[in-house]
Amino acid sequence: MYDVLYLLLRRLRKPLITVIVVYAVAVTGFVLIPGQDDSGQPWRMDFFHAIYFVSFMGSTIGFGEIPYPFTTPQRAWTLVTIYGTVIAWLYGIGSMLALVQEKGFSRILRRRSFAKEVRNFNEPFYLVCGYGVTGTAIIAALCKRGIRSVVVDVDQERIDALQMDDLLIRVPGLCANASLPDVLDDAGLQHSSCIGVLALTNEDNVNLSIAIASKLLQPDRVVVSRTESDVHARNLASFGTNHIIDPFRAYAEYLSLVANSPYMHLVYDWLVNPYHRPISSVYKKASGRWIICGFGRFGRALHDDFTRCGVEMVLLDDNPEVLDGYENTVLGLGTEAETLLKAGVDDAVAVVAGTHNDADNMSIIMTAMEINPKLVTVVRQNLSSNKLVFENSRADFVMEPGSIIANRILAKLKTPLLPVFIEKMQTHDEVWAHTLLNRMSNIAGDNELDSWSVEITEVSAPAVLAMLEQNMTVKLQSLMKNSRDRRHSLLCFPLLHRRGEVLSMLPGELIELQLGDEVLFCGLSSAKGRMEWILKNYNILFYILTGEDPSFNLLSRILKRF
Amino acid sequence: MNREKVIFAFFIVLALTLNFGFFLGSFDEISHHNVYELFAATIVSMICTVLKFGDRTHIGALMLATSLVADLQLIVAAMIWGYGVQMSAEGMTPELVTSVVSLSGGALLANVVSVVLLMVETIVVRR
Repeated sequence: MYDVLYLLLRRLRKPLITVIVVYAVAVTGFVLIPGQDDSGQPWRMDFFHAIYFVSFMGSTIGFGEIPYPFTTPQRAWTLVTIYGTVIAWLYGIGSMLALVQEKGFSRILRRRSFAKEVRNFNEPFYLVCGYGVTGTAIIAALCKRGIRSVVVDVDQERIDALQMDDLLIRVPGLCANASLPDVLDDAGLQHSSCIGVLALTNEDNVNLSIAIASKLLQPDRVVVSRTESDVHARNLASFGTNHIIDPFRAYAEYLSLVANSPYMHLVYDWLVNPYHRPISSVYKKASGRWIICGFGRFGRALHDDFTRCGVEMVLLDDNPEVLDGYENTVLGLGTEAETLLKAGVDDAVAVVAGTHNDADNMSIIMTAMEINPKLVTVVRQNLSSNKLVFENSRADFVMEPGSIIANRILAKLKTPLLPVFIEKMQTHDEVWAHTLLNRMSNIAGDNELDSWSVEITEVSAPAVLAMLEQNMTVKLQSLMKNSRDRRHSLLCFPLLHRRGEVLSMLPGELIELQLGDEVLFCGLSSAKGRMEWILKNYNILFYILTGEDPSFNLLSRILKRF
Repeated sequence: MNREKVIFAFFIVLALTLNFGFFLGSFDEISHHNVYELFAATIVSMICTVLKFGDRTHIGALMLATSLVADLQLIVAAMIWGYGVQMSAEGMTPELVTSVVSLSGGALLANVVSVVLLMVETIVVRR
């Protein structure tokens, strides 16, 4: 990185030398030119008087001919030097001002202050590259949880937007190309408090170079990268990128849950999406024939997942080459009724409008809804600027890559236990999911369902450890009591309990906690804050366990002895 | 040929020679030491300092340091001269002349170091 001071000095070389030379010439002139003292005797200025005179003349503060009135040659020389010194000063000050106003210089200054701010971070933070739809959602969610982050984006407008967004925590942002390693370094890639790097730019190559730089410099650091092509996904996986998120594949998995196990899908939706749908919206009749319009990357990902689950489907595309070698295909876009009828829209259960053109997608679902109003509709939104139209489209699912990636990443960042739970949950059946959903609904209602994990360690649960050391048993249910009145429970329940390698789904509330246990809870975020108190405050936990509310200060301990 | 290097070498050697010219002569004899030469040496030395601004190499930093030392010694010498001529009741005493000359001797040493560094740099580059 360029050092500001060096740049400043280098630029000031010429003006400073000009000032020195002009002053030297002016002083020499005054020393050499003969003058007269007040009695008319010839007199010559010495260096002291010459420097004194030139100094105050150069800055044009006041004027006087000292120590004796000047002779004509002296005045002539003064005339020359006035202009010389003033021009030298103007040149010097002018070049300094020009430097300060220069864009490159202010960019260096901004980068310097950004790097300094990041260097001074002493709490864990995420390095987020790309502040688009995904980045915005993730930063907002991280701020809400009190986790710090740093943003690098190549577009100054987005960095401006970051400053304007009303975030709860200050998030430093830098406008620079994140594929350059020294930019990443300034943004805290090698900082010891950096806990993860999120490569979320819309350029696969940039994401790839961010992931490579991060894995090379800090192999243990978590790296999350988005990608839209299989080649890049394989490449990212080859050097150990922790989470690779392909929006098309992610959404295809999500939709195949809808087609297969609607209750399981809703559980997933509640855990992963902040704005989940009500329990009544479950798609019971989603098994049957699906019509997939547009057979690009999204269509193929959907086809793969649906084939695996055995869902019947019809593929539509206007390019005969891509459909070559697949069964149940219809040539056409699906924007006109004729092709949709040919695909059997009147007895299908769902239509997926997945082309890369937003207008076509809207047209497909509108045409399809006209023929068969009972259809489940899925529409892909390509441009975030079309949000308003898609929000009012009355489609059942709007697939917007940005927010899918954001939800996925957040679920992974919240706690590593959540993906474990989601993976394990899919081995259970629909009845199990329905029961779980009812419990979730009782707790959260229409509010956002949060999830968090609790670890029984010295740092995160000192009160529990203190109790265990006194040979008291702490049951799981104790963590879920209201600290104001222990007869009431907090609005949350445990999803997963991990002790070493042993995982238990929906653990019983009578499990006795041990050192090193990890528990995943879901519930309202207000309960999360309350639980934090129980884990960390000895007095509150003591009250919950015993029902007594003694004070443990020194005075009361002494008094208790009597 | 690097123009920047030529200019710098010219000024650093000029500073050394001027300084040497001023330093030459009896220590306490004012007539051996020319005030114009002291002035010229100071100005040239200041220009040398500015020329080294923004040089990020290690040798560049050393040269900046040595020429700052020379500046400091010469400016103090000039101030003592000014004090002797203008303010001191006894005028320019041999003691004052001695200290001016010895300060310029110090500056001379710093300039010699600068020139040695310049030669080292030249030899190391070998192009």
